[in-house]
Amino acid sequence: MRSGFRGRSSPHRPASDPARVTAPPLALALDGISKRFEAVNALHEVSLRVEAGTVHALLGENGAGKTTLMHVAFGMVSPDAGLVHVHGRRVELRSPADAIANGLGMVHQHFSLVPTMTVAENLALGGHGLLRAHTMTDTVRRIADQTGFALEPRALVEDLAVGAQQRVEIAKALARDAQILILDEPTAVLTPAEADDLLHWIRDFADAGNAVVLITHKLNEAMAFADHVTVLRQGHVVHDAPAAQASASELTSAMIGRNAQTRHPPTSPGAPPGETAFVARNVSVRDEQGVMRLHDASLVVREGEILGVAGVEASGQRELLRALAGRVQVATGTVTRPTRVGFVPEDRHRDAVLLDRSLTENVALREAGRRRGRMPWLALRERTERLMREFDVRAPATDAPMRSLSGGNQQKLVLGREIDPESGIAPATGSPEPVGLVVESPTRGLDVLATAEVHARLRAARDAGAAIVLYSSDLDEVLSLANRILVVHAGTVREVSMDRDAVGRAMIGA
Amino acid sequence: MLRDSRALRVLIVAIGTIAALTSAIALLLLVGGYDVVRALDALWTGSVGSWYAVTSATLVRAIPLMLTGCAVAVAFRAGVFNIGAEGQLLAGGAAAAAIALAFPDTGRVTLLAALLAGILAGGAWAGIAALLRERFGVQEVISTIMLNFIALYGVSLLVRGMLQEPTHAYPQSSTIAEAVRLTRLPGAGRLHTGILIALAIALLMGWLFRNSAAGFRLMAVGESPAAAMSAGMIDVHRTRTMAFVTSGALAGLAGAIEVLGVTYALYEDLSPGYGYTAIAVALLAGLDPWRVMFTSLLFGALEAGAGAMQRDAGVPSTLVAMIEALLILGVVAAQAVRRRRTTHAHVDDAGLEPTT
Repeated sequence: MRSGFRGRSSPHRPASDPARVTAPPLALALDGISKRFEAVNALHEVSLRVEAGTVHALLGENGAGKTTLMHVAFGMVSPDAGLVHVHGRRVELRSPADAIANGLGMVHQHFSLVPTMTVAENLALGGHGLLRAHTMTDTVRRIADQTGFALEPRALVEDLAVGAQQRVEIAKALARDAQILILDEPTAVLTPAEADDLLHWIRDFADAGNAVVLITHKLNEAMAFADHVTVLRQGHVVHDAPAAQASASELTSAMIGRNAQTRHPPTSPGAPPGETAFVARNVSVRDEQGVMRLHDASLVVREGEILGVAGVEASGQRELLRALAGRVQVATGTVTRPTRVGFVPEDRHRDAVLLDRSLTENVALREAGRRRGRMPWLALRERTERLMREFDVRAPATDAPMRSLSGGNQQKLVLGREIDPESGIAPATGSPEPVGLVVESPTRGLDVLATAEVHARLRAARDAGAAIVLYSSDLDEVLSLANRILVVHAGTVREVSMDRDAVGRAMIGA
Repeated sequence: MLRDSRALRVLIVAIGTIAALTSAIALLLLVGGYDVVRALDALWTGSVGSWYAVTSATLVRAIPLMLTGCAVAVAFRAGVFNIGAEGQLLAGGAAAAAIALAFPDTGRVTLLAALLAGILAGGAWAGIAALLRERFGVQEVISTIMLNFIALYGVSLLVRGMLQEPTHAYPQSSTIAEAVRLTRLPGAGRLHTGILIALAIALLMGWLFRNSAAGFRLMAVGESPAAAMSAGMIDVHRTRTMAFVTSGALAGLAGAIEVLGVTYALYEDLSPGYGYTAIAVALLAGLDPWRVMFTSLLFGALEAGAGAMQRDAGVPSTLVAMIEALLILGVVAAQAVRRRRTTHAHVDDAGLEPTT
């Protein structure tokens, strides 16, 4: 039985490795990595040196090459040029299995867990030999002890909240003895409190002699928790220095190549709210498993306002938003809503887009269930072109597959599709109808610029008279956009003043 | 310009496919120790070597393949893996035979009623699997295969019982009255008007896939049920059930047409596995009914040529079944490669795709 993370030597590293004796041990070194994807130069002679015992932040906008670089380090992408060294030893990583064998672990932005299997079974995946229930359980217990994570071996992954699934992902890497942990935007899916916990855990993990590469575009995370910061822009290293030596504005301008803009301009009051658009009366909702998640919720949203919703994960906000958007049946109570409600779900890939289909088809998807007769493809293509222009979606053409777009561009198109008042079955009806919009973590995984654009679009829609319900796991985002705030705690809703502390207390039920 | 290069590419792929097929057949014949030249000659003569072979052998076989190919395409598009076209075809054939034999004196009216009965029976047969899937979560791959056996032995039972010919000597039904049959096309041997029905259906289905809201919903549900539900507000269960039943109805129509246009009686071995070959027909066509018109011709020719090879060169027709299976493998592999290429083309931030 091992204690903690310390004192483990990789079987692949000879004890007499000179690099360990002479210099501070370099856990992971990427030298001169270049990679082209068809026409796109994703990485251009990028080098990254990660010391053991440190947290190394990798910053950059979407499309900067952060994930690609880490896919090289994890054996998922073979570079066109460049070398990879792990613990001073040159390695050829042909697959993630090679990387794992060399003590690397990676937690992807989209988890790679089998939802229908238990925590223990997911941890046992990729192992060899016989599978014994008690050894599997023991492994989970051991990792739980090491990490302080609450892991229930027999829980099904699909029943776990996102934060808990992420802990299973980390545990999976540690079960395979990872000493170098790569985390791709790990806090993007977490509540502020959870993110804080995770970052502290990462700090402790590194302090125990391990190395962590933290892919992020949140400056404050990098500044507060990392020892060293590397910034990528368009496949080039544009900044590489200890975290203590960089200021936030330096890093921002390195990331976006210009001076930092104010991320959250203060909320403009906009026009006074108008007619009621959404009304919920005593609404209760069950989740997919039949568990009652929302109890007796009542609220009103008017045209021209953004109702912010805050809550720690799995408090019932998911069900509240879907009930308002008409995406789930309510168990009891009534909801009245505008005839057309746009919905921007949190999990874009799963719930909002058809990845292998064209942009036009993705635009056509909105309210396809109500459409009758022929598909007006010509009009839909024009609409797609217009949305691409108006929402600054950078894509080669309307018939490009959704998959070929970066996350930010995907999200902008989804947002455009859902906001645009002309959307729906019969375009250009002329009469201004109330527009309802339900938005869930709209900037998850987006970079600084894309985030600012999304925020501007939401404010513009609000000012144009849309009734918007916005939930975000990023409390600051809710505070900066909302006119009023509703907190969901353990399935009950309550309106709270626009004060960060008050909201924070209400979120934890204090 | 673009259109031209695309047409050229399709042509190259078509020629390449046929060339690869021929060489694969030749190779297998060689390995099997057969007379390669004689066997290939029989394959050619039996499928496209003469006007008679084209009409009476290849096209006659292409009709059920075209309809069942469309049936499979409709289902697969919606993410419904209907492996049961064979059983639905048999159900349709049996129902059509029953109607045609029961009312021999009303001619055209009976013919139409028999075709309709085939459609309904095939739809109902698929409906069982659809109900099992949407209500109880039974995987349709399993249920449709099982229903294939039930349909096969059900037909066996019918031709030895209720529908057996009066002398009770053979396991088959009486012959259908001439007035109730599908007429043959003049100057085209055994080719019957069923080809017109099949072409009309394929054209219609392809048009619906491209232009109708229902066709779009089918595709969206097949691509991502979650997104179809959440972004499209599509009733996923309803859409899948409709696709499933429509698929069965088309396969049932194929069975009815086979009975009314080719066999003129219900037999146990009504279908030499058309419903299974249909999967290859549909996959090779990329689930597009318009392209099914061509792939069904290819497979019709292969089936016809296989028969001739067995007759004239003593080569077991199972060899061609092997070739067909190889062709499916090739198509599936090519699709996987193409998919891989497109997924690797994007640059950052997508990471691994979710597995659901």
